[in-house]
Amino acid sequence: MSGLSVQDVNVRYGARRVIEGLSLPELHAGEVTVLAGPNAAGKSTLLRAIAQLAPYQGRIALGDEDLARLPANRRAKVVGFMPQTLPSASTLIVLESVIAALRAGGQLGIHDAESRVMAVLERLGIADLALERLEQLSGGQRQMVSLAQAIVRDPRLLLLDEPTSALDLARQVRLLAELRRLAAEGRVVIAVLHDLGLAARWADRIVVLEHGRLHASGAPEQVLTPAMLAQVYGVEARVERCSMGRLTVMIDAERA
Amino acid sequence: MTQALLDRYHRQNRRRAALVVVMAVMAALAVLLDLMTGPAGLPLGDTIAALTGGTDVPRGTAIIVWEVRLPVAALALLVGAALALAGAEMQTVLENPLAEPFTLGVSAAAALGAATAIVLGLTVPFLPAVWSVSANAFVFALGALGLLQLLGRLRGGGPEVLILFGIALSFAAASLLSLLQFIASPDALQQLVFWTMGSLAAAEWRSVGVLAVVLLVTAPFSLRAAWQLTALRMGADQARSFGVNVESLRRWTLLRVSLLSASAVSLVGVIGFVGLAGPHIARMLVGEDHRFFLPTSLLTGALIMSLASTLAKVVVPGVLLPIGLVTSLIGLPIFFSLIFRGGARR
Repeated sequence: MSGLSVQDVNVRYGARRVIEGLSLPELHAGEVTVLAGPNAAGKSTLLRAIAQLAPYQGRIALGDEDLARLPANRRAKVVGFMPQTLPSASTLIVLESVIAALRAGGQLGIHDAESRVMAVLERLGIADLALERLEQLSGGQRQMVSLAQAIVRDPRLLLLDEPTSALDLARQVRLLAELRRLAAEGRVVIAVLHDLGLAARWADRIVVLEHGRLHASGAPEQVLTPAMLAQVYGVEARVERCSMGRLTVMIDAERA
Repeated sequence: MTQALLDRYHRQNRRRAALVVVMAVMAALAVLLDLMTGPAGLPLGDTIAALTGGTDVPRGTAIIVWEVRLPVAALALLVGAALALAGAEMQTVLENPLAEPFTLGVSAAAALGAATAIVLGLTVPFLPAVWSVSANAFVFALGALGLLQLLGRLRGGGPEVLILFGIALSFAAASLLSLLQFIASPDALQQLVFWTMGSLAAAEWRSVGVLAVVLLVTAPFSLRAAWQLTALRMGADQARSFGVNVESLRRWTLLRVSLLSASAVSLVGVIGFVGLAGPHIARMLVGEDHRFFLPTSLLTGALIMSLASTLAKVVVPGVLLPIGLVTSLIGLPIFFSLIFRGGARR
């Protein structure tokens, strides 16, 4: 199995350094990694750099393949990216928007594409939306369509930017369970999440960024500590196990 | 359920394909109406007979159809098709529903080019005098879009930057045009004003041939990029993650748009709204799957221009109105209805 390596990555927006000399321990296939950290820590920027959507210096490789060296259409077969949201003003219907995600890079003929897209929509429980226009969907439904677009090419690396931000509770659970299944099929799955309770429940590994640098990385029980929450987020918090033995994060107050 | 949904999707696509055919038939009928309309009204039967080379057609009718009206009608059709296709592609690659050759300063630059020929007598060397105004307009329009791309690239190349430069370019060209109008002789001024209103009066088979070739060369590439352009409707980042080389797609699409709009505007003058209204109507009819959206835009533009060509002859009996005025007058109500429709939806 081939993991993702991030070595000495720097990202600048103009004169501002967003990510500085960031190296991560290898992120393994089969695992769900959550990128966490306060606002402006560089989480989404790192995700976009891994997806080759933001210019960076350094090396980002999946197994032996340097992602920056792959041509766009080959990279699309390897990397799936789910943005925070899709445009709300599009009259495209869901089915053709996901077919476009498959065909724009030149993969598959139209009939193969249609059946594969329908299989993905069914897997995500949104087949009933297939003929709806994107502009008529709720934010949460658009987010599920965006996930369908990200996974339809069957990528080995799946990157998700706040994938649950517009989802109701049931769909959050469905999406995160799906991410675990996608990882279990041999993919590297990396998601930016703000909700540390969800991260504690669903992640194999949490990477905490602060000011564009690595603050901590490891299993949820190693990383999620009152000290880390106080230092990085500036909150007083407790991290306890519930009656079912699961890790729970409770935020009590902003740190004085 | 999957098969039922796919069947419905296929039915929907068949309906869209049928709509493309219907628009093509309507455009053909509009051309026929255009041919029948004029100072000497021609009956339908005679017009068709003249077109198909019937032997019992009066010679005068055949001359009116083939030598007077058909070049005008064909040029109207092709100009509408070219401007609407250019507008549709421009709106997609610039991710802005208000983008069209007119709003990005192509028309203003073409008018400035025409003015330099008409007022200053500066023309492209070695070209026959009859082509000088069109050639200048073409060079300026193409130059404007080239400059736009260059400036956009220097500044990072995003759609917003291109649109801002386009607006600035439009104002700059309009100011220089005013300056040339200020110093122009009365004759030159009259010629220039007439040109900027857009006119089919000077249509001839050579112009038709030029524009037909440009369309035949560019349109297949547009259709070939249909899925990539469809993907771009989800935003540039999404399209990139789908494997589209967005920068290359934008560059080649804007080259096609430049050729289409510069050719059309240089041959008939400033024509507003077709590049805007054509794609908007097409979007309402068939959605944004560019396999259907691009041909429907093209045909809608052709239909609008063809109807405008007919209207230009009948609104004031005995007077041929500049077609640019007519398209703007048709375009305005459509534009307002789109704004109000958008407002109601919000």
